[in-house]
Amino acid sequence: MRAVVTVVGKDKTGIISKVSTFLAEREVNIVDISQTILEDYFAMIMLVDLSAATQKLADLAEDCKAMGEKIGMSIHVQHEDIFNAMHRV
Amino acid sequence: MFNYKDVLETIEMVEREHLDIRTVTMGVSLLPCVRATGEATAQAVYDTVCKKAENIVKVTEELSKEYGIPIVNKRVSVTPVSLICAAFPEKAPIVGRALDKAAKTLGIDFLGGYSALVHKGMADYERIFLNGIPEVLSTTDMLCSSVNVGSSKSGINMDAVRLMGQVVKNTAAATADRDGFGCAKLVVFCNAVEDNPFMAGAFHGVGESDTVINVGVSGPGVVQHAIEAVPEADLAELAETIKCTAFKITRAGQLIAKEAAKRLNARFGIVDLSLAPTPARGDSVAQILEEIGLESVGTHGTTACLAMLNDAVKKGGVMASSQVGGLSGAFIPVSEDIGMIEAAERGDINLDKLEAMTAVCSVGLDMIAIPGDTSAETISAMIADEAAIGMINNKTTAVRVIPVPNKGVGEEVNFGGLLGRAPIMPVHGKSSSKFILRGGLIPAPIHSNKN
Repeated sequence: MRAVVTVVGKDKTGIISKVSTFLAEREVNIVDISQTILEDYFAMIMLVDLSAATQKLADLAEDCKAMGEKIGMSIHVQHEDIFNAMHRV
Repeated sequence: MFNYKDVLETIEMVEREHLDIRTVTMGVSLLPCVRATGEATAQAVYDTVCKKAENIVKVTEELSKEYGIPIVNKRVSVTPVSLICAAFPEKAPIVGRALDKAAKTLGIDFLGGYSALVHKGMADYERIFLNGIPEVLSTTDMLCSSVNVGSSKSGINMDAVRLMGQVVKNTAAATADRDGFGCAKLVVFCNAVEDNPFMAGAFHGVGESDTVINVGVSGPGVVQHAIEAVPEADLAELAETIKCTAFKITRAGQLIAKEAAKRLNARFGIVDLSLAPTPARGDSVAQILEEIGLESVGTHGTTACLAMLNDAVKKGGVMASSQVGGLSGAFIPVSEDIGMIEAAERGDINLDKLEAMTAVCSVGLDMIAIPGDTSAETISAMIADEAAIGMINNKTTAVRVIPVPNKGVGEEVNFGGLLGRAPIMPVHGKSSSKFILRGGLIPAPIHSNKN
């Protein structure tokens, strides 16, 4: 199963490092990654594979949200199908 | 890989524009629960509902986290209780209370189906059932009741309309200590649908399969935001914008509905495309109409704007879902929509305009507080007017009014939560009694003869 991780917030050093380490510790594999700075705001979208993950998606989403709050970023983890459904005909 | 715009748009819709799945409703057939006595039937009903829906709360919470979309309500609808209690109608309240207890055990928000279908005629057991509704609604919390009094195919059963005016009054009286709150859980329909996921009117039709998942989406805030983004658009362009937005909202609903059905071992029923407001600012159908260009909802042009909105929502939604049903239209409940509440407080919207609006959208005169001294015949006449609009236009219409005991125009009633608050609106003072007391059947319209 694949999910989309979205990280948004004020740009600072080490965001990618923190997020990818956090995911690696849970055996979540990053399949694709795209990152940009929009007017001082850091925005990153990652496509991740959860087939070997040590956590269920719902729990991972909660933990990532909490971790994001700690580093001052807004982090969402959502099943990729929600974007397929809403943005593909 | 997804692009930023799409991903961030979805997140924005949830975080800022109140996009949510309004309800995941499990329809459960109670037909296999009929036993020899009311008590045994009540026990079978309790056991069946608790078994079938035992995972509904857990699964919807999981889905909500996995897909990142709030699911606001978890509900159950059941076979109209009057049918399963036909042999012992005086025991129906016991079954009603068993259902209420099941709802509490499950931890769901509402349970609908304390209902009767009397659109062509009323049997003795149904009359007893209807007369028992006020007491049941005053002794239960989660249970919702609905009664179908007319249809395009059969006409309007005016004897039932007459009785329901009194039942609404009695329900208000039985819950007078809570400002007539029982009436918020009672809706009178014409052309009721069998797969409605929304309360208070949900019941599980006898034509449905055993266990079904129906989902109601929402998103007035998302539509309003989309309209704000195109301030110079003409109305055709606006309709197109609304259509595209409704498509996205509905696709989210369809996804959740299918997944919920799979995980709950139920059949996927329908997605209901209704735009359902809440009392939160920015989650209002009235504000959409004002965004289109009305100084206040209720002024001239309101019906036209609403017709366009309602139709565009359906067009986008139908494309997005394989199975569309329920009520599917914009809801205009007064107490549950901040724009409506404020317009009513200013006196910018009245019952007559609301009635006109119901001709072009779902569902009817909904969550409207009226003076406590309104007569039963006047309430019956309001029901008759709405039923006539539904019958002639082949659409569902309904009346959910609250004659607030001991309160009058200028005062307000507050039900809290999603049910909101409402200023008491004036009704016409002239009597409709003679018309209502005639009783009988308003025959089905000529265009019902299609065979």
